[in-house]
Amino acid sequence: MAVTDQDQEAPSYLIHRSFIEMRARERARAILDPGTFRELLGPFDRLKSPWLPRQGVVAQADDGVVVARGTLDGRRAATVMIESAFQGGSIGEVSGAKVAGTLELAYNSWENGRPTIVVLGLESGGVRLQEANLGLAAIAEIHAGIIALRAHVPVIGVISGTVGCFGGMSLAAALCTCLVVTREARLGMNGPEVIEQQAGLAELDAADRLLIWRLIGGEQRYSIGLADVLVEDDADAIAAAVRAASIHSPGKSPAPSTQVIRFLQRLKCINPAEPPDAATLRALWSRETEP
Amino acid sequence: MTTVPMPSSRGLTWFQALTGANGIVVDAPRTVRVADAPLGAEITRFIAVCPDPENRFPRARHGEVGLDEAWTLALQVRQTITTDRGQLPRPIVAIVDVSSQAYGRLEELLGLHLACAAAADAYAVARLAGHPVVALIVGKAMSGAFLAHGYQANRLIALDDSGVAVHAMGKSAAARILRCSVDDLELSATHCPPMAHDIRTYAEWGLLHALIHGVNADAPATWDVDLVRDSLVSAVRDARRGPRDLSCRLARGATHGRAASREVRQRLAAQWDGD
Repeated sequence: MAVTDQDQEAPSYLIHRSFIEMRARERARAILDPGTFRELLGPFDRLKSPWLPRQGVVAQADDGVVVARGTLDGRRAATVMIESAFQGGSIGEVSGAKVAGTLELAYNSWENGRPTIVVLGLESGGVRLQEANLGLAAIAEIHAGIIALRAHVPVIGVISGTVGCFGGMSLAAALCTCLVVTREARLGMNGPEVIEQQAGLAELDAADRLLIWRLIGGEQRYSIGLADVLVEDDADAIAAAVRAASIHSPGKSPAPSTQVIRFLQRLKCINPAEPPDAATLRALWSRETEP
Repeated sequence: MTTVPMPSSRGLTWFQALTGANGIVVDAPRTVRVADAPLGAEITRFIAVCPDPENRFPRARHGEVGLDEAWTLALQVRQTITTDRGQLPRPIVAIVDVSSQAYGRLEELLGLHLACAAAADAYAVARLAGHPVVALIVGKAMSGAFLAHGYQANRLIALDDSGVAVHAMGKSAAARILRCSVDDLELSATHCPPMAHDIRTYAEWGLLHALIHGVNADAPATWDVDLVRDSLVSAVRDARRGPRDLSCRLARGATHGRAASREVRQRLAAQWDGD
């Protein structure tokens, strides 16, 4: 069969690269400008969790977080991608310090006249329970780092799925200048299993996947204004969304976590005795109509 | 109007002992108590989260931080910042006795994570604006509830008492997630200190500014309250002298504490500017 020029141009469905199926390093490379990826504290630095082996769990040489420097359209950037394939993307002492430390260094860089955009890949179950109190302490420092940096430089969160973003890291997502999600993303304070455990099956059936996606899935979060950008699970689409967010000057669109009066008014319209379902809430809290 | 008596809680006990007020705010849930009271030479804002069996959200009736609580904390802290603009920012004391964040389907649907983030955001912004923020842990400081109410403070102080605990998750839920028994979990904590719940083990991480010994946590007498007040005054003074970030949490307890947390930061800084 003759090969024409037209055949060499692959159709778009073949070019599509799933971000979800990528590992953390590939995700960082997909977001940063080509050829600029430089990993910090990589596997050869062997900074492992000192605590997992005490629990009989094999530690990993990067503790499940990949930090990289590079550029976004030529501007200084750092990416922090949580590897959901390792311990559910949970935050321990080392992985948490990598995230917090990056935010703190980016803040120092801004102070020194070298603003550095930070992109956070927030695929995380929250605190790593084997390192409970050190994970929780690190997460408080991550929050502090985002809030301090966000006033000067964009901090962009990405939740692609399918692990989702829970526990203390869900607060980190809510604090970002801009939050990019896919339909496969999930974002919530408590994971469904934890709610079922604490409040019972009648409160929430963690096995009801469809219900859970309706409650806390990326599309629902976007439609009620709890995420800023909804994109397909495509590496180029996500990279483009991150780039678009990175040029926004901080303070232009206030983060939802600072819109206290607006959300208190939204809450007042809710009667817990007659709780709305996901569809009703979309009508009540539509991102197009205020409040 | 109230039909059910308000249950006592350590948070409320200490709030009343330190402020002499009940702190109920008009048009706000009764679970969030706010009052200004003298501390040393200056007026200080005290904030506590307390139980309310009639709370409109059923999942936040036992002292949990739910939607109304977290957004109200954010509002109260931000109003303090606004009020003090152009003058010396007053100290803010978060009295911490929070069993957990609220666990519920409606809470998730309505974005409890955002509400808790808003509270953490407000406390951090207060700290950055120069308010000395002190968290006084008198009971449980659990997980997302502590992240929302207290963990952004410049200084953390706690009572040395068996009822005082800091942790990421209640024991039963943690056991389920880790697929082990509660007994196994408690055994694990003996050889893996980050898993421990007690405040004395927590104090070893260098995160606390002070651990206050010899205080009756459930029924404080005048001298107990005076001892805690002295510690708060010292924490406020220390916070005003120090930087507005959380770096003091890594500087303390340098002998052991969080060695890996410091090593990661040092090595990351060394590699930051590679060219």
